[in-house]
Amino acid sequence: MTIPGTERDRAQIVAAKKSRQAGRIAEAASAGIKVLLVKVLLLGIVDAISVYALFVLFIKQDWLVFSLVLLVTIVVNGIYFRAKGLPAKYLTPGLIFLIIFQIFVIGYSGYIAFTNYGTGHNSTKEDAVNSLILSSQERVPDSPSYAVTVLEQAGAYSFLVTDPDGEISVGNPDAPLEPVTDAETDASGQAIALPGYTTLNFADIVANQEAIAALAVPVSDDPNDGSLRTPDGSAAYLYLSDLVYDEAAGTMTDASTGVVYTEDPSQGSFVAEDGADLQPGWKVEVGLANFAKAFGTDSIRGPLISVTLWTFAFAFLSVATTFALGLFLAIVFNDMRMRGRNVYRVVMILPYAFPAFLSALVWAGMLNPQFGFINQVLFGGAEIPWLTNEWLAKFSIIFVNLWLGFPYMFLVCTGALQSIPGELQEAATVDGARPWQVFRLIKLPLLLVSVSPLLIASFAFNFNNFNLIYMLTNGGPRDVTAGVNVGATDILISMVYKVAFVGANRDYGLASAFSILIFVLVALVSIISFKQTKALEELN
Amino acid sequence: MTIAPNIAAPDTREYIPVAQPFKFGRWFRATGWRHLVGAVMVVFSAFPLLYVLSASLHPGGTLITANGLFSEVDLGSYITLFNLPQQPYAAWYGNTLLIGGITSAGTVFLGALAAYSFSRMRFTGRRAGLLMLVLVQMFPQLLAVVAIFLLLNGISDIFPAIGLDTQIGLIMVYLGGALGVNTYLMYGFFNTIPASIDEAAKLDGAGHARIFFTIILRLVAPILAVVGLLSFVGTTNEFVIASIVLITPEKQTLAVGLYQFVSQEFSSNYSVFAAGAVLAALPVMALFLWLQKYIVGGLTAGSVK
Repeated sequence: MTIPGTERDRAQIVAAKKSRQAGRIAEAASAGIKVLLVKVLLLGIVDAISVYALFVLFIKQDWLVFSLVLLVTIVVNGIYFRAKGLPAKYLTPGLIFLIIFQIFVIGYSGYIAFTNYGTGHNSTKEDAVNSLILSSQERVPDSPSYAVTVLEQAGAYSFLVTDPDGEISVGNPDAPLEPVTDAETDASGQAIALPGYTTLNFADIVANQEAIAALAVPVSDDPNDGSLRTPDGSAAYLYLSDLVYDEAAGTMTDASTGVVYTEDPSQGSFVAEDGADLQPGWKVEVGLANFAKAFGTDSIRGPLISVTLWTFAFAFLSVATTFALGLFLAIVFNDMRMRGRNVYRVVMILPYAFPAFLSALVWAGMLNPQFGFINQVLFGGAEIPWLTNEWLAKFSIIFVNLWLGFPYMFLVCTGALQSIPGELQEAATVDGARPWQVFRLIKLPLLLVSVSPLLIASFAFNFNNFNLIYMLTNGGPRDVTAGVNVGATDILISMVYKVAFVGANRDYGLASAFSILIFVLVALVSIISFKQTKALEELN
Repeated sequence: MTIAPNIAAPDTREYIPVAQPFKFGRWFRATGWRHLVGAVMVVFSAFPLLYVLSASLHPGGTLITANGLFSEVDLGSYITLFNLPQQPYAAWYGNTLLIGGITSAGTVFLGALAAYSFSRMRFTGRRAGLLMLVLVQMFPQLLAVVAIFLLLNGISDIFPAIGLDTQIGLIMVYLGGALGVNTYLMYGFFNTIPASIDEAAKLDGAGHARIFFTIILRLVAPILAVVGLLSFVGTTNEFVIASIVLITPEKQTLAVGLYQFVSQEFSSNYSVFAAGAVLAALPVMALFLWLQKYIVGGLTAGSVK
């Protein structure tokens, strides 16, 4: 019995369809109730967090972030409730973190580089106006005193104020005074408690006196109306600012001297005619000003160029010295006849296993000019300035990095040497090659093929080897002629850190401009090295 | 033809190994000089570690007394270390283990999820995604440290619990680097697991989640251990981001705390710092020496491939 061809085909198609259907059912069934529960639970947690965030953002009326959070929440829920799109389900969790904390922040650095964000310019104009007025406030002479009761709610203080006419109102530094009717009053008519708030007793006031004395509760929405402050927690006085803000004209006038400060949108502060400005200002976009400052000011351009050159020199020398020593050791210890190779190997890995930041700190102690081991014991008390002389400090950094980095290169080179087939060496020897020729013409090229990606990675790592520089020399010795806080051994990333976070004057804008420079340099180096190694072509 | 005399007659005598006399010159040329190099390297490698160990055993010691190696052996500094009023060492230690542990677990999990999809599924944007993984490695997070600081500062206004000066915030930042650094390493290892295993499991009725969690994850356990350890070591060593995110001393990590401790009183209280350094290094070094074979294998395999 033979089935005709068409019928057999049809039977096969039906069977295939059935097996596909069966596959789908099996897939669905095997997902099981447990998996579904876990999925719903995890999504529930994510959604609960985003609903809370949406709620807070709604109250703050921050619509841009609100819509972003909403969008992300909807997309994430969509991905996990859809039957299709399996890869997305596996990629989304990591991608969310990657996008926010790696990709977005790179873009954000780019934006900050075009602003004057930093000390004195770290908020909005409204905040700057308020803080200017608050900081120049003085008590109005002979003004009446207001009876005040300090209240506390959820860790924040409020004033319950009874004014000289007996009117009762409540307010805190973020919300101006509002009349209230349900306050509890004592025999003299002074309000002493309000439902929903805790009244501070005398001991609490004494314990938190500094915080309470610093409170300034605005009388109304207009900052020019002044605010109430209480030095003792029981009587408050009206404080008015010397500065008067005129929103329509965009000016700030000093009532006592008569100087008019005009708003300068390009600079983000109020500036008088003689050029004096009021601090704090606010954050504005300044275009290319940070880049102009970095490349156009002599006192910054000079150090920037030398830091960049040293960064390249340091990264290159680090790779070269560690690789040379590592390769030499790998050859020395790659001899089967030698006994105790494992013992040497373990001891030599120790510097690699010791946490790097601690190594730098320990070496900083050993290289200390007055008390360190190197000078005291090895050099018999000579005060050699290992870390404070420009060139010796550079040498010390390369030397300590050699200690830190050679074990890695040793391990890598040993692995690469052992993977070279022994026949190659035999063949070469039979053909009459001397050992040095075997090494230089056969082993070294093969070795370089397999370790060059690692050398590039090592270069990239050392290019940003912040810990070593910062912990060993702190970038010093400092260059006193430079316009920014920078020293002879600073590399680019440690300069960014110092400009942005060290010292009283933080300049996030300038630091970000430097970061952008590093990005460009790293990108250039990677493009060149990827082209050389063709690493990307193997991607499949 | 005169070749014949050169061909030795088959040696029928039994081979008796003869103990060759020991010659120093020959031994030195063959392997002896290698031991000489080894001895120099052992001193070079181990000396700083012995120095810090000896300094830690000298209670009340300063930088100058640390130069008398092992002149005194006493655990006093280790006791002092845990009773410093300004420097909560025990808290730093706990924080470091906690932050490092959570970050490495999260990194392994997120990275394995991504590596699985890149290795086993075919979808649009897969090649671009792999390319991105390689490129992202070139730009470490610390380059954007200013933006990270300002971003967390902004988050603090909305969500103080995960913003500036919180450990959760720091861990989230670290997890941002999870896909970049190690996923490619894992991707290479996942590719070495034959796809026929997945297919067999699928035929037996297992869903993708079950295949991933119960089969694949067990087969790739070695690479998970390596990535977890590398991430833990990396987090322990991380200073830049930790130092700007964590402000309260009780919340800081060892890297931040010990650096500040050293910069405040370096030469006067050196033995206490040394004790802190020894204790801080112990878990990392123990893990490292224990797993060194896998680490070295993983490092070379991942980057060379």
